[in-house]
Amino acid sequence: MSGSKQKRAIPGTTLFDGDMARKGYALNKMCFSFNSADCRAEFKADPAAYCDKWGLNEQQKKAVLSLQVLDMLAAGGNAYYLAKLGGIYGLDMQDIGAQQTGVTKDEFKAKLVAAGRK
Amino acid sequence: MAKIVGGINVTHVPYIGRAIANNLQQDAYWKPFFDGFPPVRDWLARVKPDVAVLIYNDHGLNFFLDKMPTFAVGAAPEYRNADEGWGIPTLPPYIGDQDLSWHMIDSLVEDEFDIVTCQEMLVDHAFTLPLELFWPGQHPCPVRTVPVCVNTVQFPLPTAARCFKFGQAIGRAIESWDSDARVVVIGTGGLSHQLEGQRAGFINKEFDLMFMDKLVTDPLWVTRYSVPDLVELTGTQGVELLNWLTCRGALSGDVTKVHGNYHIPISNTASGLLAMQVA
Repeated sequence: MSGSKQKRAIPGTTLFDGDMARKGYALNKMCFSFNSADCRAEFKADPAAYCDKWGLNEQQKKAVLSLQVLDMLAAGGNAYYLAKLGGIYGLDMQDIGAQQTGVTKDEFKAKLVAAGRK
Repeated sequence: MAKIVGGINVTHVPYIGRAIANNLQQDAYWKPFFDGFPPVRDWLARVKPDVAVLIYNDHGLNFFLDKMPTFAVGAAPEYRNADEGWGIPTLPPYIGDQDLSWHMIDSLVEDEFDIVTCQEMLVDHAFTLPLELFWPGQHPCPVRTVPVCVNTVQFPLPTAARCFKFGQAIGRAIESWDSDARVVVIGTGGLSHQLEGQRAGFINKEFDLMFMDKLVTDPLWVTRYSVPDLVELTGTQGVELLNWLTCRGALSGDVTKVHGNYHIPISNTASGLLAMQVA
């Protein structure tokens, strides 16, 4: 990885920079295909085969098949592209937020509401 | 010469599209958001823009990571929406204004902003939903459009100062266009939100309210922050406030607030709306 510059550390956050864009290219490209209903159907019919078709590495494939968002991010996934995968499973942003933060969907939604009361 | 009547900044959460499609505007969850718009629609009815220049970020509909321009300008006769993969309705096409597009392209490059030009361009929810909110149910939309994409997706992003200067250059371009058209500039996205990571759900009301206030009176205030600072302060997607700043840059002279609204949450987002008028 390019390491000429020290990376800014922001808790609980990974900036989608050149290193991540390189690492996640195949995964994000597969997710970009999900703009097409035909591709979504093909994925649904056989997720593992579809991951292979797009050249995902083992880390990416495992993350996708287990539907673990934090693992997909660690494998270079970008939030906007991963959201298209989430859409296939009918997951909205509160489902995805709850999974990543280890709380129930109701707890996650309550946290958002609480942010407005501060 | 063309006249800029003002600028409007607004959030662009995809699920707004579903709420509109399902007529949920007066539902308890959505009401505080949708109730912000009538005063802005009234103002638009008074200032009567002919063209809207929309500054936004694409979310993987027109641009993939194979080619990711920092700044791109549409130059198409019409702009089509398409399936974005997350189940919101696809909206009818929007009419372009190729004369303004090419004038802007000429002027921006002369001004040393070497933008990407797009004679074909799909427009996603960040372009379509603000127009649906300002001119609800009007198809075709009553204004001609010019899309301007800013990369807020793949780092490095343009700095806040660069975005403000880009906005200023857009303003100069519009105001040097030999036309009697009235132009509204629209910036979409934000405010604070973060979709991914252990910090998902992050919102910063205090910063958002300060930003909305400063944007009218002292827009350079936010340029003190680096892009990573802005991510830390507003979230990985809160950094879309760069589109608001670009829009503000296009407004010169005395700028006053017409109407503002702020509500938490819409989906995972602190929603903001800010209309500004140029004297």
